[in-house]
Amino acid sequence: MSAQAAHIETATRASRIGVVAIALALAALAAAPFLTDGANLSLLAQIYAYLALATLWNLLAGFSGLVSVGQHAWVGLGGYGLFALTIFGGLHPFAAIPVAGAVAALAAVPVAGLLFRLRGSYFAIGSWVVAEVMRLAASQISALGGGSGTSLPVRVVASIAASRQEREFAVYWSALALVVAILALTIWLLRSRWGLSLRAIHNNELAAVSNGVEVARVRLFVYVLTAAGTAMIGALIFLQKLRISPDAAFSVNDWTAFVIFITVIGGVGRIEGPVVGVVVFFVLRQTLADLGTIYLMMLGLVAILVMLKAPQGVWGLVADKWGVEIVPLQRRVIYAKSAPGEPASARKEEPKP
Amino acid sequence: MAPILALVNLSKRFGAIVVANNVSVDVPRGQALGIIGPNGAGKTTLFGMVTGAVTPDAGRVAFNGADVTRLSPAQRCRLGVARSFQVPQPFGGMSVFENLLVAARMGAGLGAGEADRLCVETLERCGLWDHANRKAGSLTLLQRKRLELGRALASKPKLLLLDEVAGGLTEEECKSLVALVRAVKDSGVTIVWIEHVVHALIAVVDRLVVLHGGALIADGDPAQVIHSPEVAEIYMGIPADV
Repeated sequence: MSAQAAHIETATRASRIGVVAIALALAALAAAPFLTDGANLSLLAQIYAYLALATLWNLLAGFSGLVSVGQHAWVGLGGYGLFALTIFGGLHPFAAIPVAGAVAALAAVPVAGLLFRLRGSYFAIGSWVVAEVMRLAASQISALGGGSGTSLPVRVVASIAASRQEREFAVYWSALALVVAILALTIWLLRSRWGLSLRAIHNNELAAVSNGVEVARVRLFVYVLTAAGTAMIGALIFLQKLRISPDAAFSVNDWTAFVIFITVIGGVGRIEGPVVGVVVFFVLRQTLADLGTIYLMMLGLVAILVMLKAPQGVWGLVADKWGVEIVPLQRRVIYAKSAPGEPASARKEEPKP
Repeated sequence: MAPILALVNLSKRFGAIVVANNVSVDVPRGQALGIIGPNGAGKTTLFGMVTGAVTPDAGRVAFNGADVTRLSPAQRCRLGVARSFQVPQPFGGMSVFENLLVAARMGAGLGAGEADRLCVETLERCGLWDHANRKAGSLTLLQRKRLELGRALASKPKLLLLDEVAGGLTEEECKSLVALVRAVKDSGVTIVWIEHVVHALIAVVDRLVVLHGGALIADGDPAQVIHSPEVAEIYMGIPADV
């Protein structure tokens, strides 16, 4: 048998079924405004926002090894960007979302220059400090209400859509579109040469460098990209809330701790992880939130249990046990007339010349 | 024609320890050069200066006629300098095939389709095709050494630096590895090979240099160098087994 009879595949049986399931789910979610009420729509939009934030954090920490605990910096910058661009710049709110993303991308370049001098836990703490600095800076902007924040003016709110219901629909659909775009972009990125480089760096930086990977460039690229995506989600979150304050916009609890919780519970370093994690998180929140502080203690307990018993996360547990991958990233070599994964001992050691 | 690799007056010291003392070597295109010397002689540091992992205190490195002393390891890899590590450095969480893909796409700069083809070929060439989809972290030592070699080859090198690829292998394993290195040499790739397993080295190289205390103390035909009094003295009277 010759290796010439090989071909390369990424898809698995689970992923082929998965594509169909995802398409059906998307169709149902897109139709949700006609099927449910405003409160549920608002909840779904929040779920999308958290899914997007967790996916971006996963890209940064899980796949690239850049463990940031300061992603609330970009959520806050995006939120404040939206308010500033619509109030002072007169931009339409939906136009302001991508512009806020671009602003964050620009701001992320010097921030990365600073943070990339730090390694490991120093990088993590550094990223938090950056977020604190941004929060303090935001509280100094008196035109946006300083420390107590401000509401989105009625004329801006009215420019989104004519009626309240139409506005809710528009915000819902843009949240859905944004999370789908971020997920699709992340999957594409991880399957491209960028993803190959990211995973190589994360696995073994020394070997990556000596195999032609430009570590600094790849890291900068992924950091700037996640900052932009996170800021766009931040803009959307505060467009939905219609009110912003430094403490809400740069909340380490809401935009970093919960996001890390979701990713860790679901499975770090796996595309499916945040999807599973966000479901677990919202189920817990919807059932326990009335219990006040006990709810937060329960979250902590769940996080500790998962980290001790299943450090690869809920999805990791399932995927490793049954070998399922809905979104496979690995390019697998399939040889003709042989099953992939067949034990090596079952075949000859050396191919014929 | 310029030699593919020229080391000109390279010097490097770590604190008080001199690991390279004014080393100059030219490696002509297509040659297989062996480097021997006792532990701490500066062999791996010399490789580091060729790949860019170590910055020399003085001197320069020319590759293919161009000065590359200031280029990063990644840039040098893309020009055609590949290395294997003494202690294998696989991308443990990635499959064997993906390990090769990194080198083919980032090192050789190939597109997806071409990289796939080259890596499938390389898997077969290195006897790793059976393990293509396995995680590199689960390989045995011999397989890891083959992977080191395969990944270096997947970057389409003009110059291949091998750092003790035969160490720790059984006689049988060593033989199959030597056959592989010879095949690489026959395909026109220039090879510089550091090795303690001298008989494996002698079976392939055209020329042998001896490094001792960061200085080049012998250079020439492998059979002659290995029996020279300098080498006998360095190895403290232990006759080299050829």
